[in-house]
Amino acid sequence: MISFTVNDRHVDVEVDPSTPLLWVLRDNLGLTGTKYGCGMAQCGACTVHLDGEALRSCVAPVSRVAGKKVTTIEGLSADLSHPLQRAWIAEDVPQCGYCQSGQLMSAAVLLRQKPQPTDEDIDEAMTGNICRCGTYPRIRKAIYRAAGMMTKGGAK
Amino acid sequence: MSAPLLERREFLKFSLAASSGLLVGLYIPSGTKDAFAQEASTSSFMPNAFVRIGNDERVTVIVNHSEMGQGVYTALPMLLAEELDADWGKIGFEPAPVDPKYNHPIFGMQMTGGSSSVYSGFEQFRNAGAAARAMLVAAAAEKWNADPATLRTDSGAVFDGANRRLTYGQLAEAAAKMKPPEKVALKDPKTFKLIGKAKSRLDTPEKVNGKAIFGLDIKQPGMLTAVIARPPIFGAKVRNFDDSHARAMPGVRKIVAVPSGVAVIADSFWQAKVARDALKVDWDEGTMSGFSTTQMMQQFREQAKSPGKSVRKEGDPEGAFASAARKIEAVYEVPYLSHAMMEPLNCAVDLRADSCEIWTGTQFQTVDRMSAAKVAGLPAEKVQIHTTYLGGGFGRRANPQSDFVVEAVHVAKAAGVPVKVIWTREDDMQGGWYRPAFLHAIVGGVDAGGNAVSWRSRLVGQSIMAGTMFAEAMGMTKKGYDPASVEGADDLPYEIPNLGIESHQAEVQVPVQWWRSVGHSHTGFATECFIDELATLAGKDPYQFRRDLLQKHPRHLGVLDLVAQKSGWGKPLPKGRGRGIAVHASFESYSAQVAEVSVTEGNVRVHRLVCAIDCGRYVNPGIIAAQTEGGAIFGASAALFQELTFEGGRLQQTNFHTFPVMRTNECPEIETHIVENNEKSGGIGEPGVPCTAPAIANAVFAVMGKRIRKLPIRMTEAV
Repeated sequence: MISFTVNDRHVDVEVDPSTPLLWVLRDNLGLTGTKYGCGMAQCGACTVHLDGEALRSCVAPVSRVAGKKVTTIEGLSADLSHPLQRAWIAEDVPQCGYCQSGQLMSAAVLLRQKPQPTDEDIDEAMTGNICRCGTYPRIRKAIYRAAGMMTKGGAK
Repeated sequence: MSAPLLERREFLKFSLAASSGLLVGLYIPSGTKDAFAQEASTSSFMPNAFVRIGNDERVTVIVNHSEMGQGVYTALPMLLAEELDADWGKIGFEPAPVDPKYNHPIFGMQMTGGSSSVYSGFEQFRNAGAAARAMLVAAAAEKWNADPATLRTDSGAVFDGANRRLTYGQLAEAAAKMKPPEKVALKDPKTFKLIGKAKSRLDTPEKVNGKAIFGLDIKQPGMLTAVIARPPIFGAKVRNFDDSHARAMPGVRKIVAVPSGVAVIADSFWQAKVARDALKVDWDEGTMSGFSTTQMMQQFREQAKSPGKSVRKEGDPEGAFASAARKIEAVYEVPYLSHAMMEPLNCAVDLRADSCEIWTGTQFQTVDRMSAAKVAGLPAEKVQIHTTYLGGGFGRRANPQSDFVVEAVHVAKAAGVPVKVIWTREDDMQGGWYRPAFLHAIVGGVDAGGNAVSWRSRLVGQSIMAGTMFAEAMGMTKKGYDPASVEGADDLPYEIPNLGIESHQAEVQVPVQWWRSVGHSHTGFATECFIDELATLAGKDPYQFRRDLLQKHPRHLGVLDLVAQKSGWGKPLPKGRGRGIAVHASFESYSAQVAEVSVTEGNVRVHRLVCAIDCGRYVNPGIIAAQTEGGAIFGASAALFQELTFEGGRLQQTNFHTFPVMRTNECPEIETHIVENNEKSGGIGEPGVPCTAPAIANAVFAVMGKRIRKLPIRMTEAV
């Protein structure tokens, strides 16, 4: 049995410890907001936070998160209030929407580390997240918008 | 009350009729409360198949097109809400079930494709809204004992002359008893409150909190997950397989042979995947085991040396070429491409003795239902498809053989349990149905005055339509070529007096399919690069040269002029940068783009892309910009990075490391400018794609003096 915390909830799962965290979240815990895109850390659709850092959950064995704190898109906010979610809505970012959980989770780590990111910071933090619909220009705008909200004290 | 699904014969007839221009079901009065309205309370009002109004004021628009990112769950409700005078804040949407009343008005089947959802639904959804509005007004008139003509509507309520107000929710029950109008008057476009406005997408909130349900997210009681070992080579068959190791693995419930391979069914995806990988399958490799795309392209080059089936001929292209003052010959090549939607294919099936329920993100409900019914051994009306969100479609989820649906029904049938089939990324990329590889051999010439006098283009590639139910509807036998192979080449808008377009249909056993912008994805590249080469030959500016040849095509000219102006065409650029231009019409819309690039150590960097789009009357400019820019990025990925190659019958690419998609650090600055006019509405999902590759290639020429004739762009192959 492996125990860890997901979105502030303690969970115990009975799975093969080599199972990627992604599939434990999706199949064992019913948290389907985190997506499968490639299975080899190429696309970023499966990005979650492990103790606050971005983690590609498709290649992380669940054993690696034992005793640690995992946050998924479902835990970003309970009510769409995270500045990034508000900015994503304001900029009408998503098209198909499939990659956006991963995009948001990567962006959340970026803004925590660099509250006033530059274009280069955004490139560095977001290049691991593919969007086949091509929402990159709006994602960039939304990150700047969220950064603006957070400096104005809009952050929770 | 659902009508029996069209049988194949009837369906073909229907498609034929549709293709000859007959519009079916422009307005479908229904008045029925069908099974699909399962959530409706008894007091809800469903005046027709497209809208339901609850006594809680909620207005639900039933959308007959699939949401794959292109914004139909917002744009189509906008059309209906406009005529209904609904309160936009109370609008919701839900996917339509499969039913002939939700057939595409042009194609005569329920489907999403051809960039046609909004323009085909433009009147349909407006009419549905206007009809509902008329019934609500009639109900209010009855309550107030007033003449309906004296009443007005606004923001979800009916008002009388004294400004008394009844909300749509309050009127829902009474309106349900009103007779649906036979004819309705539509608003004067000058009074539109929603159409033409950048309303926020209705599906955004659930796409930023993980709640949106895609096919991959479906979980039904008792549902297991299947992963399938499919042939490593197209046409290979299972000779036998050894599942002794796989069967003993944790969570594995069943292992069954299906026509497409061997399915491993387990409690969870990872268990199924690991066990699938542990299968030992002995494949009969079939006839494709020696297949190589290098050899295939060599054959295409040989084929292009002889005349093909004539598609269009004006004047004497050969003679004019022979006598041209200056001439040029060019061969353009594009590879097979994967759609590579972010959500790999998947399909969930619950097959019972007398029913088959399917959950999947599909673009092709009618065809999938017919195909699934056949495998299930059930009448079509016993098959229901729940259309989930699509994690990208780009054409792949409209498969003429319903490959991913049929396969899942086979698995459910063989396993006897509800099952969700999930394709890994590798399965998806290697599973076929690609954009076909194409070769365009073009010759052309200019006279002494620099006027284009000849253009002869020979296209070689596989037909997408051959063998599908659309082949006859598109008149393939009669024409002797596939219109989808030559679209965008045969309607070359440039006024060139001697013009020949010829088609060679290549017979290759690689499954091919429509890929965002279909034939235009390669004809746009070849034609817009060659016209640029002719401009150079004529010693003229590429923009002016195009302009001169487009004088009879005002909408082409409109986008061309707009993009030239907005991009600062002709103005100086920093050293090392160059601009390229392209213009191309597709899916009833007109697109032009200018790319600004630099080339460093053989690497092409696109710094800026300026897009102009004319899609006639439009619904939501925010979505138009998003689709145009997304299309351009899709086109740029193909131009710069993507190809599928085969050696020894095996595809060489497996995942995003070998089939790259443009990433944010490579993404240029993009801007979109929309032409304002009142022309008939055109498509928007695909027209952004075709111009990007030629605009980039022409920009590379501007900066390097070398022509790009092969995609993806490699400077080592430039000429």
